[in-house]
Amino acid sequence: MADPVHLDGEAPVEEPAVTLDAFLDQPDATAVRLEDGEDARKLVPYIDRLSLIEIGFSAFGDGRGYSAARILREEGFTGELRAQGDVLVDQLTFMRRCGFDSFAPEKPLNEKDVETALARWPHVYQPAADDRKPIWSKRHG
Amino acid sequence: MYKYDNYDQEMVDTRVAEFRDQVERRIAGKLTEDQFKPLRLMNGLYLQLHAYMLRVAIPYGTLSGDQMRMLATIARKYDRDYGHFTTRQNIQYNWIKLEEAPDLLADLATVEMHAIQTSGNCIRNISSDQYAGAAADEIVDPRPYAELLRQWSSFHPEFSFLPRKFKIAVIAADEDRAAMRLHDIGIQIVEQNGEIGARFYAGGGMGRTPMIAPLIRDFVSVDELVSYSEAILRVYNRHGRRDNKYKARIKILVHEMGAEEFIRQVEEEFAHLKGENIDAPAAELERIKGYFADPAFEDGLADEIDRSDPDFAVWLDQNVHAHKQPGYAIAVISLKPVGGIPGDASSAQMDLMADLAERYSFDECRVTHSQNIVLPHVRKQDLYTLWQQLDEAGLATPNLDLVSDIIACPGLDYCSLANARSIPVAQKIAQRFSDIGRQKELGELKLKISGCINACGHHHAGHIGILGVDRRGTENYQLLLGGSGEEDVSLAKITGPGFDEDGIVDAVEKVTDVYLAQRDEGERFLDTYRRLGIDPFKEALYG
Repeated sequence: MADPVHLDGEAPVEEPAVTLDAFLDQPDATAVRLEDGEDARKLVPYIDRLSLIEIGFSAFGDGRGYSAARILREEGFTGELRAQGDVLVDQLTFMRRCGFDSFAPEKPLNEKDVETALARWPHVYQPAADDRKPIWSKRHG
Repeated sequence: MYKYDNYDQEMVDTRVAEFRDQVERRIAGKLTEDQFKPLRLMNGLYLQLHAYMLRVAIPYGTLSGDQMRMLATIARKYDRDYGHFTTRQNIQYNWIKLEEAPDLLADLATVEMHAIQTSGNCIRNISSDQYAGAAADEIVDPRPYAELLRQWSSFHPEFSFLPRKFKIAVIAADEDRAAMRLHDIGIQIVEQNGEIGARFYAGGGMGRTPMIAPLIRDFVSVDELVSYSEAILRVYNRHGRRDNKYKARIKILVHEMGAEEFIRQVEEEFAHLKGENIDAPAAELERIKGYFADPAFEDGLADEIDRSDPDFAVWLDQNVHAHKQPGYAIAVISLKPVGGIPGDASSAQMDLMADLAERYSFDECRVTHSQNIVLPHVRKQDLYTLWQQLDEAGLATPNLDLVSDIIACPGLDYCSLANARSIPVAQKIAQRFSDIGRQKELGELKLKISGCINACGHHHAGHIGILGVDRRGTENYQLLLGGSGEEDVSLAKITGPGFDEDGIVDAVEKVTDVYLAQRDEGERFLDTYRRLGIDPFKEALYG
């Protein structure tokens, strides 16, 4: 697995993430990992104390992690939100928009490809968990 | 018609550049086919039996003359001189080369068109009423609402890897011409106490497990149309099944969870999303509506039509629909000539339809979900000249909604999923009933053929449906009766054991004979079936 890369240039949290079940048993941990389909809302009561939530993508086509990420950001999580697993360069823009700010792909990504992908889209059509203004907002100031 | 501004255009141009880059990486071996597949699918590119198939989005089925002409150009330049209009108001090309696909998309982008999200497990192109803006029975034109949803759903970051594909239809009349309740989300724009809003149905669909979408919200105010849709999609994205692709559509989730629990979860998510500022301001809908204002209709035009040419009169009675504006009519161009391939049009025919749209219909045409083309705003005084030009090009078959106006999927002639051919069966049935007088005697009769259980030919919604299956290596056709995709929506039922290719044609004739013998005054085939039930038809088939 590649080392996690934080997009905002911060140092990735090094603490190992515990499973959701383990975390709910001993909520003093500050890093937790959600597998595909685990309910992100179970973490809401602890959001202020968590410094890392890692969301696993067992296959790139399983999009549940996108909803999990957005829910966590909507609930006010400000720590590191890491996508781990089958994370490919063509999914990075969507992940970034859903609130992920760090990536730990199973297979390392080419740095230049990442840069190109993240810089590609000049506009977005809808608000999400990032701070990009949707096109309708640009149209109507 | 909607026109792109710089934002829309830049988004489509960016997509072309991105896809060009992805194709280059695929050809260079940097992407495996597994990795490339979801990317090409999100650009409408399927790998079929013989070649790549590319599906082009036609938002809510509306096209300008220039756009139709570009579809002809693409058929000529990149395909074998024809295209196939689909049951979701799109067009697909069957013989595309991967290395040429980026150039094709670049050509499309010059006329504000694309293939974005025409396949893959994402929100697909949004369909609508083909008579929108022209029909007398609509509350408002549904297309601005569809356009609002088109923009929201394009490149949606959260909903691009759904459990399965997701189809939305928007209508605004009580008469349902878009099979709205057989969609993942069906929206009917309605008026309640003077306010326009949306009635939502969710969890409909065809495929292996056909379901009629239950009502899930009677009224959503227009300024929450998008956030309510977002709530539905989130519940589906989180909880839709991913363990079995045949059970992954939202209809299975709604069915297994129960509509009541599904509604509860959607409402909870909707409440949660309220503070997230997801809906565009009213000014955006107003901006979009501006593009769908009525064209400059002339006042005081005559409603009389000279019917002295009997062939014209037959076409006029069958293929022309009432318009909201006096002196105007809606003309339907049948793409179902006897012996032809339902929904196919040649480049020359597309060019002609583009010219006719420009000349006679305020530069607008529509694709219908039953694979025909509509000229929505024709002066009644122009109908005869229009008909003459259509007739010359083989486009004046007077069979709208008759037994030969068949919906058929591409079937085993093209499709890698099919078990049986659909096109030859459609052709044989059309030939059996080729006499137009006989077809008119049978009246409205919607016949729909699918070449496999995935039901792209809408057989569940046919008054008569035909499903091709593979039975121990030979093609076999099951007969279904009693379906409807309209406001009287129902699912067709299988009559019994299947038939071979010629047997199914005989079977169709036998059930129409039962109808002719037993119908009451004014009854359509479907009405007689509903009154009598399946038994007399089974008796005629198997007795």
